[in-house]
Amino acid sequence: MRHLANTWFAERLGDSGIRTIYLADHHPAHMPCLEIMRLDWLRAAEQARRLEMRFVAVWAAGAGCHDQDRGARHGLYAYMAFAHPEHCHALLRTPLADENPSLPSIAGEFVAASRMERHMADMFGITIEAAPDARPWIRHEHWPRGAHPLRDDFDGKNPMPPCPCSGDYDFVRSASSGVYEIPVGPVHAGIIEPGHFRFLAVGEQILNMEERLGYVHKGIERAMQGRDAASGAKLAARISGDSAVAHAWAFAQASEYAAGIKPPRRASLIRGILCERERMANHIGDIGAICNDAAFAFMHMQMQRLREDMARLHQEIFGHRLLFDTIVPGGVTVDLGEAQLARLERQTRAIAAEVEHLRSIYADHPSIQERVIGSGVVSVDDARDIGLLGFAGRASGNYPDARIEEAYPPYDELKVHVAEGKSGDVATRVWVRFEEIADSARLIGEMVERMPDGPIAAEWTPPEPGVSGFAAIEGWRGEIAAWVRFGEKGLIDRYFVRDPSVINWLGLELAVREVPVPDFPLNNKSFNCSYSGNDL
Amino acid sequence: MSSLPLQIAQALLLVLLAPVAAGFVASVKARLQNRHGPGLLQPWRNLAKLFAKQVVLAENASWIFRFAPYVVFTATVMAASCVPALLVDTPLSLTADVIALVSLLALARFFLALAGMDIGTAFGGMGASREMTFSALAEPALLMSVFVLSLGAHSTNLTTMIQHTLNTPIMLQPSLAFALAAMLMIALAENGRIPVDNPTTHLELTMVHEAMILEYSGRHLALMEWASMIKLTLFATLIIDLFMPWGMVAGPDAAGLLLALVAWVLKIFGLLLALSLAETYLAKLRLFEVPEFLSMAFVIAFLGLLSHYMLEVNA
Repeated sequence: MRHLANTWFAERLGDSGIRTIYLADHHPAHMPCLEIMRLDWLRAAEQARRLEMRFVAVWAAGAGCHDQDRGARHGLYAYMAFAHPEHCHALLRTPLADENPSLPSIAGEFVAASRMERHMADMFGITIEAAPDARPWIRHEHWPRGAHPLRDDFDGKNPMPPCPCSGDYDFVRSASSGVYEIPVGPVHAGIIEPGHFRFLAVGEQILNMEERLGYVHKGIERAMQGRDAASGAKLAARISGDSAVAHAWAFAQASEYAAGIKPPRRASLIRGILCERERMANHIGDIGAICNDAAFAFMHMQMQRLREDMARLHQEIFGHRLLFDTIVPGGVTVDLGEAQLARLERQTRAIAAEVEHLRSIYADHPSIQERVIGSGVVSVDDARDIGLLGFAGRASGNYPDARIEEAYPPYDELKVHVAEGKSGDVATRVWVRFEEIADSARLIGEMVERMPDGPIAAEWTPPEPGVSGFAAIEGWRGEIAAWVRFGEKGLIDRYFVRDPSVINWLGLELAVREVPVPDFPLNNKSFNCSYSGNDL
Repeated sequence: MSSLPLQIAQALLLVLLAPVAAGFVASVKARLQNRHGPGLLQPWRNLAKLFAKQVVLAENASWIFRFAPYVVFTATVMAASCVPALLVDTPLSLTADVIALVSLLALARFFLALAGMDIGTAFGGMGASREMTFSALAEPALLMSVFVLSLGAHSTNLTTMIQHTLNTPIMLQPSLAFALAAMLMIALAENGRIPVDNPTTHLELTMVHEAMILEYSGRHLALMEWASMIKLTLFATLIIDLFMPWGMVAGPDAAGLLLALVAWVLKIFGLLLALSLAETYLAKLRLFEVPEFLSMAFVIAFLGLLSHYMLEVNA
């Protein structure tokens, strides 16, 4: 599976005088990694913006085996990734100084980079120059000063010493006496993930909502280091429980690219079925929950029932309700017999038909329509500026879909329909979800039909030390970008993953600027970003 | 049989039946959503559990916070005991005045809102502010709706009004239809039901009534919950008294009382069935539409008043 090297971005950068070095130890070739000088970092981001590329992620990593072979001039590298609808993803990296590493902020070009840069600053102690927001992000106040968990000298085995301090996070404030603050969370009245929301409100009207996340930081990135690929896939499936398939797939595909392994076609199709089932189940559950937030409990109960049916069949066929540990580097773990394929296909069709029926009930109830239409609008311009992903992007006129842009197997042989919404309100996000449920059901049918005989996994042989791979997988929330680099003995040396929530959380902040306070939960649920995937 | 024990028995019945009525609403709603539901007695089980639990108080809770559950519960029970359920003419009938009733409920609400603000959390204050905004619109509409009937009966005393309704021949009165429509809308708002408030929500930011009692626990919470269940039954009984009192007995006789009891229970559960249907069918209103909803109730009640003068006074 050696693709032609993708030189498009390197040529464009060359046109504007930025020298790039193609890194041969990065795969796949159609998503190349280019090394640039640190001086060119900001200009490269400007170029990417001018080329109308989509910002994917920015992250840092210590030097890999190959970098050390070259004389270990640098201990730390910064990476950023962009995507173009026609020219795939491209990665750029630059070496950072060993002493007091610093990096210019690209948040001026791409707003979504700001939180990722704060994450880098927290985890590596990198100084971000001219950062629009220099507050810590994942590193909460009780972490000891100077604790940067992804640095090599950080002791990852023992708990950090307790640091007595009070929360002094500098929230956005208002000087006006008519504006009051509403702190919500991280402990909520319902059983949901922890996150803190700080509202500035006048009466019942929200002026500004600010998110404070990081309460479910589990140290995933650090925990990945030193694992072999099989155990890495297990951990990846647990990054965000509702995206177990997509996260495991992103990890597996990045590893496979690095190792030069092509999973058998049967495995790819099974992965596709798993991922589309996950998409259906989550959209179904969320549509019900959105209606429940507007006190339309009927829909919630019906959708819960359908979701439960799916989970039970998953338990029966794949041994896990949420499809954990079904994908491993090289392939999948569960083979599907004729009978099981038929059952999956039959249930998918039945559920899609029921969802269509419920959709007509939802559409015929003015009182629920009244709530969702026009609430929480993210404009097309805003959505493109922050690069809103997945269904939230598709509701606001931004349509990136890795299944089409990358067309990784099995989507290279399937046609994915993208729902193209523009209004960007809760109703459109629900509409996109309904459309995606129908499309996923159709795709599952096609995949079952195309299922060839053959093995379900290729043999896994770890790549040589220092080789990295990058993959973008369209999970149900949107594109999951994963970058993995292997070290000695086939163990993971560094794993970076960007859950779509990292970007879509910004969309929620934009959406609720013009809604009354009690409409916030409805909007929050319509995005349903992952806390766990964001906090890692 | 003397009527004083009957009066007490009637009030006790209302207070004890209220959790079952709440359980009935929950069960019917569950059935309408294709679920089994927890059963009629679940609210009683919840109350028993809460009464057995320890009370956890916020550090900065003042006496108002501790005092409020008792005031709210007592005021609601007092309101419940002066509403005739079975017997029209009771020893306490003089106190059974609608204005007194509304004031008792207002007293309960006043302390509820104070308690919500007392602990100083954002949600308590938010709930109190919403509750007060809504009640400022709901109370006049409630009174206006009652006045439509009072005009006919020349009294705001419930007993007199019931007797008037029972003694006049049944005929179609447009003013009553207006008053009933307004009263049903107000009852939804006053009891924090969908589409105004969602009693089963866990979302702090959308709450009205629940936000004020968010910090309560143990027996305090039990009293607050019980009071709101009583209020629901109380409103159902009030609607029955005002608009469909047939079946109630004037004096204490065993057979008549039994019949009155059956009629009352059937009517209560009929109304609650209608409530469950409405709650299943409707989603919650946007917050800014609630005042419009309540103003609409006021306008409807006012139309009832006008139509009474225009169509019925000279008829």
